[in-house]
Amino acid sequence: MWEYTDKVKDHFLNPRNVGKIDDADGVGEVGSLACGDALRLYFKVDKDGKIIDAKFQTFGCASAIASSSALTEMLKGMNLEEAQKISNEDIAQFLGGLPKEKMHCSVMGRDALEKAIDYYRGESEKKQEGNIVCECFGVTDLEIERTVRENNLRTIEDVTDYVKAGGGCGQCHDQIQEIIDSVTGKETPKRKEKVGMTNLQKIKLIEETLEREIRPALKQDGGDIELIDVDGNQVLVKLRGTCAKCAASQVTLKHYVENKLQEFVAPELVVEEVQ
Amino acid sequence: MMHIVYMDNNATTKVDPQVVEEMIPYFMESYGNPSSMHILGGQAGIKLKEARVNVAGLIGAQPEEIIFTSCGTESDNTAIWAALKSNPGKKHIVTTRVEHPAIKNLAEYLAKNGYRVTFVPVDRKGRLDMDFFYESLTDDTAVVSVMWANNESGVIFPIEEIAPVLRDRGIVFHSDAVQAVGKLPVNVEKVEVDMLSLSGHKLHAPKGVGALYVRKRTKFSPFLMGGHQEKGRRGGTENVASIIGLGKAAQLALERHEEVNTRVRALRDRLEKELLERIPNSMVNGDQEMRLPNTTSIAFEYVEGEAILLMMNELGICASSGSACTSGSLEPSHVLRAMGVPFTAAHGSIRFSLSTYNTDQEVEFIIKKLPPVISRLREMSPFWADREGLANAVCSVQ
Repeated sequence: MWEYTDKVKDHFLNPRNVGKIDDADGVGEVGSLACGDALRLYFKVDKDGKIIDAKFQTFGCASAIASSSALTEMLKGMNLEEAQKISNEDIAQFLGGLPKEKMHCSVMGRDALEKAIDYYRGESEKKQEGNIVCECFGVTDLEIERTVRENNLRTIEDVTDYVKAGGGCGQCHDQIQEIIDSVTGKETPKRKEKVGMTNLQKIKLIEETLEREIRPALKQDGGDIELIDVDGNQVLVKLRGTCAKCAASQVTLKHYVENKLQEFVAPELVVEEVQ
Repeated sequence: MMHIVYMDNNATTKVDPQVVEEMIPYFMESYGNPSSMHILGGQAGIKLKEARVNVAGLIGAQPEEIIFTSCGTESDNTAIWAALKSNPGKKHIVTTRVEHPAIKNLAEYLAKNGYRVTFVPVDRKGRLDMDFFYESLTDDTAVVSVMWANNESGVIFPIEEIAPVLRDRGIVFHSDAVQAVGKLPVNVEKVEVDMLSLSGHKLHAPKGVGALYVRKRTKFSPFLMGGHQEKGRRGGTENVASIIGLGKAAQLALERHEEVNTRVRALRDRLEKELLERIPNSMVNGDQEMRLPNTTSIAFEYVEGEAILLMMNELGICASSGSACTSGSLEPSHVLRAMGVPFTAAHGSIRFSLSTYNTDQEVEFIIKKLPPVISRLREMSPFWADREGLANAVCSVQ
């Protein structure tokens, strides 16, 4: 069980400012159902630029709800310049701290606030969004870089705790490490060239590509594929489920599976089906 | 003190008072090492033998086919390694996508270390893809490991159907029956698995004791090398008191099968039916027919499982969740993902697992208390109001 502070428990069990503001001046939304948490933040500003009301709607765990509640409490009475300076660390501190694995809840608060302020200023369109690094949770390089810098993060695990990136399939770990290294000023060793792969590395990469790129697509149609052997550049596979009975399976093999493997592993690969 | 309504019996169970009573003398009175040649050793040895008879009796085995271990995980690891070591030429393993981590993580490790592993998928109801299963068997298959029943969905797998096929093909068959033993009649005389794991703390014995059934004439090599204990099949001084506790618990479980299958099943069914009726946008995960009588996994859409659990905890209700946030990982349980439960539901899935200790009043209490918790969280959720547009978001992260 997580060790939450009394303040987290209080803001979870008795959340302040739940709801929406229909004529809000600022609205910011982050997260998604798929990610497991999401926050929609609303605020209202008076003519002097002071936040007079703030409300939230949150889907998520106890610390996500508590972080949202805390943020709205902090915001009320602040002017926008002050609000803009709120960091995820401030939100966590307001709650007397969050478990390390839950820091991403405070980051979600900061991100929603930032979006809401941009919305208020009509700057939502201008923002440079960056490139997606973590596909599983839709996290960009800019978000990772900023969180690494602001929270002095040093490991991939830290990054996962703070912005979730890298917490799914793990394919982006190398890229996250590169970002950490660039922030901390460390040289990143050059990526290994694919051509220099040992046989074992090649088999592993083929398996990973099958699992990540190919299987999900076949699964949608009730099919599957199994790697039987790798002989030089010849990849022997067996089609399963509906694929095995499908008249178009050879097309799938040559055009889909082979193309993917050539793209992700090595261009000289040839796919053959074992009967 | 608040009354605790405990419905997390697939996680662990209360130790039965009769089990504790049996164990107590073996801490401070008859505390001997069963291997010792004196009265204290003798007393422990006799009880150990008795426990073995009782555990064997629960699953229809011979006493000498029972090896005591420290937990279900040790039993699982022992079984898989034993099968691989006795078939050194074979490099293929078949298991399922929904195994307990004790098998899943071991299989993933083996897949990276020289073995080929097929993870058989399940359908939306958590049922095994039997065509895929049979097709995946090869002459190179060293061992098949399929759980008897799933811990999260409660779905029971067709072990009875699989066993004779594997027997004919000469493939070692192991089943992790940790969730099944004590809740269902499991009989290795009728269902010919070669090895079977069980765990004490899932059937009202203490934590830290388990057993592995190894069918006579099945090739075996020990996982823990050491002394001559367990006929050389598992080194290490026996956890005497806990094994005696497991023996007593086995005896009680046999007597209580009927109650689990009737009274506990009725409680579970009522809880499930009422919750589904009272809470909109809720559904059962998994096949409701072939299922453990004590388990129900219910998805409450648009809310997150940890938040539900902690609010229930405030009311003294203990259950568990397949949600990401409770486990420390960021994705919903591998079982719900393998079943293709939509994201809208996976994050808000709660598992209730009952035991003979649960009462009508407790079910009544949850039926009354849970609906307001769900509505409260839904009112907080930004997705509840605009749920129409989200209903088709399918869980595709595998």
